[in-house]
Amino acid sequence: MIRLERRPTPSRVWGAASPLLAVALTMVSGGLMFAALGQDPLEALRTIFWDPVLGEFAWYFRAQLLVKAAPLILIAAGLAIGFRAGIWNIGAEGQYIVGAIAGAAAGLAFYPSESALIFPLMVVCGALGGFLWAMIPAVLKVTLGTNEILVSLMLVYVADNLLASAAVGWLRNPDAVGFPGSRNLSQWEASANPELIAGTGMHWGVVAALIAVIFAHVLMTRHLMGFHIRLAGQAPRAARFAGVAPARLVLFCLGLSGLLAGLAGLFEVTGPAGQVSIDFASGYGFTAIIVAFLGRLNPLGIVAAGLLMAVTYVGGDNAAANLGIPGAAISAFQGMLLFFLLAVDVLSNFRVRVGRGALA
Amino acid sequence: MDLSAISPTLLVASLMVAATPILLAALGEMVVEKAGVLNLGVEGMMIMGAVTGFVAAIESGSPWAGFLAAAIGGAAMALLFGFLTQVLLSNQVATGLALTLFGLGLSALIGQGYVGIKANSLGRVDLGALSDLPFVGRVLFGHDPIVYLSLLLVAGVWAFLRFTRAGLILRAVGESHNAAHALGYHVRRVRMTAIAFGGACAGLGGAYLSLVRVPQWTEGMTAGAGWIALAIVVFASWRAERVLVGAYLFGGITVLQLNLQTAGARVPVELLSAAPYLVTILVLVLISIRARRGGAAPADLARPFHAST
Amino acid sequence: MTNKTFLALAATLGLTGAALAQDDPIKAGFIYVGPIGDGGWTYQHDQGRLALEEEYGDRVETVYQESVPEGADAERAITQMALGGADIIFTTSFGYMDATNAVAEKFPDVKFEHATGFKRDHPNVSTYDARFYEGRAVLGTLAGHLTETNKIGYIGSFPIPENIQGINSAYLHAKEVNPDVEMVVTWAYTWFDPAKEADAARAMIDQGVDVILQHTDSTAPQAAAEEANANGGRVFTFGQASDMAEFKPEPRVASIIDNWAPYYIERVGAVMDGTWEQQASWGGMAEGEVVIGEITDAVPEEAKAAAEEMIANITDGSYHPFTGPINKQDGSEWLAEGEVAEDGELAGMDFYVEGITGDIPN
Repeated sequence: MIRLERRPTPSRVWGAASPLLAVALTMVSGGLMFAALGQDPLEALRTIFWDPVLGEFAWYFRAQLLVKAAPLILIAAGLAIGFRAGIWNIGAEGQYIVGAIAGAAAGLAFYPSESALIFPLMVVCGALGGFLWAMIPAVLKVTLGTNEILVSLMLVYVADNLLASAAVGWLRNPDAVGFPGSRNLSQWEASANPELIAGTGMHWGVVAALIAVIFAHVLMTRHLMGFHIRLAGQAPRAARFAGVAPARLVLFCLGLSGLLAGLAGLFEVTGPAGQVSIDFASGYGFTAIIVAFLGRLNPLGIVAAGLLMAVTYVGGDNAAANLGIPGAAISAFQGMLLFFLLAVDVLSNFRVRVGRGALA
Repeated sequence: MDLSAISPTLLVASLMVAATPILLAALGEMVVEKAGVLNLGVEGMMIMGAVTGFVAAIESGSPWAGFLAAAIGGAAMALLFGFLTQVLLSNQVATGLALTLFGLGLSALIGQGYVGIKANSLGRVDLGALSDLPFVGRVLFGHDPIVYLSLLLVAGVWAFLRFTRAGLILRAVGESHNAAHALGYHVRRVRMTAIAFGGACAGLGGAYLSLVRVPQWTEGMTAGAGWIALAIVVFASWRAERVLVGAYLFGGITVLQLNLQTAGARVPVELLSAAPYLVTILVLVLISIRARRGGAAPADLARPFHAST
Repeated sequence: MTNKTFLALAATLGLTGAALAQDDPIKAGFIYVGPIGDGGWTYQHDQGRLALEEEYGDRVETVYQESVPEGADAERAITQMALGGADIIFTTSFGYMDATNAVAEKFPDVKFEHATGFKRDHPNVSTYDARFYEGRAVLGTLAGHLTETNKIGYIGSFPIPENIQGINSAYLHAKEVNPDVEMVVTWAYTWFDPAKEADAARAMIDQGVDVILQHTDSTAPQAAAEEANANGGRVFTFGQASDMAEFKPEPRVASIIDNWAPYYIERVGAVMDGTWEQQASWGGMAEGEVVIGEITDAVPEEAKAAAEEMIANITDGSYHPFTGPINKQDGSEWLAEGEVAEDGELAGMDFYVEGITGDIPN
């Protein structure tokens, strides 16, 4: 029989090799699925993985990869810190939405001013919006011990409804004859978050994501707070003896991840998305949770995971448009990739023993 | 505004129909959580149930075959989650989310050839004279069989958790898997069974949408019902009888809101739609004030179990 | 990115969409907001695409992408189609308006056609829409004849001019044949959510509505009416966007069909012979874009005759559904005797006509 034996420390070899194994497994089973749909599997896989990075129009799609990956990385970098400490913010989607609404509302209050201060103000308000939204589960957790997983999740749906009311009501573009959606923020110079270097896809959100990743890396490896976070996650009791204040940790982790999610929302609404609309919530907050895990909760791993997710999005759309592969097959394919990545993770934490164990 | 146009009898009756999918899914998820597992993939299992149930009902011509297939489809999805989280010890939160993503995609793929087809729906159970009684006739005796099945299931789960030895073991596993393991119970087996049951319930709930409530198959038709089910479990503080109350309250809100609108009342739509979640948070807060520790949630919820011996 | 750099990049690689030889097939791209399987809005656009292939055979090649979210992803999907060599791209949802115009700026040689919008920022962007209110007038006439409870329901999607035109048009014509008629409006705030639409229809039926018009795209309200009828009710519905023929002969007694085929054939034809020009098209029954599906025998002869006469009159242009005298809801005059509504006014319609109760939410 097959048995799992916990490794004393996670295997470095498998930590690096298992994602590759997962991608290979996904290619095989995804290829089978595409073949079953009557597609040429190699062609499909090439369109998804190769074309966006090195294909004919890669000069356009590489920029789009950054646009797609930036919010995922920005959010995931914050979430991963909390996950390391055993603090489960799964409501980043809500913080992302509230950040976008708060930032957009702050900016639109001054419409049509062309002041250069508007964008910075929106950034601050976006970050603050996400931060405060995350403070709700944080404060409830610290003062009353309420489960933060559930509260942060519930708040996503509250935020969703807030978004709907903003899009059809109080933030609606008065010039759009009743159509839902706010003014276009990316076309209003004072609020626009444009490409910083032409053709690169680089906007302020990408910059923020890079800063966040570096900050998270330094925090986790060089700072006492990072040590406390890791300690709290691995050995909560030892952490208490070491003088870690659990309440402070909760406030810090939830606040930071909320702030980053709010920023991601703000950069998205002022740039790629352009407006507060009913469909603004595109699930980045949830996908970022997966990205955080795929990146092994490590800031640098998260960059790789975010880019990989972006490839499947951009490449998947290509496959849908060029090969006529149904969009549904693409999301099933993404689901497979995630399953395999999660499944092979076991190899880095456990040894697989075949044969009779002494005690089994 | 003409509120007299709203008939309380019909309102309660349609509320029960609207609430049945989330009642079934929430009940299943509650059992899973009682066993100490948090499966966030309810939406994915529901939509798979909706599509497998619909396809089976069309192909066989029998809605009952549809419901059976839906339960199997939901359970199969759940076991995939179970295999990853219980055997390969992957993170439950991430795996549950991946399950939802996968389920939404796969269901759309399976259902491609079945869009726009009508299924033969389940009729209402005819209880003769009983169904003709004023008010109670329509509310209690004028439904389709699945509504009654869901009510029976609530009672069954309640009794199971409360009075049976197996129910006691299930709760023990959820409270402390190490203690349960030390006592010689098969933690993984118990959890896998609970996960499969939860998936089957979610599948049934999904099929109720595609076979009775709507009734047709469309992509993404669960439209967030799985997430509401998750909220209800918390709202109900992990108790079967409260799951019933929660589901009827939450299920009732859409129906109530549309009824008020139809009657001409101005209603803040978004506030009403957000109300269930706000109420759930409030309930969570109240629970934690009373319990002062983790609330009524199973103590080992979402913690992975690996027998080290 | 500035457009110059973008074009320079594209040009260096020799890839601007229209760099095609004359005898190559014309490539027409379609961006859909929902799955083709929605059975309504997107389904009908795809029917138009298929009609295009049927009409031009080898001379046209079509590509499409389903379920493109409105927002950042739309811009990428449209760009990608343009890069892929599409000569003309139809973006079939209001929410693609800004994205369509943004991409159009970067690809001046590609033609863009945006459905239901009003922005034409660049000479290569046209907009198109259909006069659904013409069809609603016919359905309203039928509804006025059919109702016994004198309560007609209208499931609205969003309080935008297109819906308000439909509500007003249906109400005015129902009232013409049945002065006691009352209009019940429910806003679903969605174009497509079967469960919610079913609930909305049930709420109406529970409150005594016996004819339901819908401006949302799923067949769920039809199914709800069928269920009510199976339990002793008498409720009628109309197919929306597509024919919804599977609910014939009742509850579905007629339908209002979006038929984009004539427009798509005309516009792609214009690209082929080089006569394509920017325009804002608003076709109706005369152009064959709004079609009333089969009126079933569940409708009394006299009502059917009245409906058919109205179809004929609207089609030949002798009747406009918004012909005065019509007052606004507050009693003030909108159109004087014999006056016909102007297109500009209709396109921004934000008021109910006299007799409809309730407010338009905003």
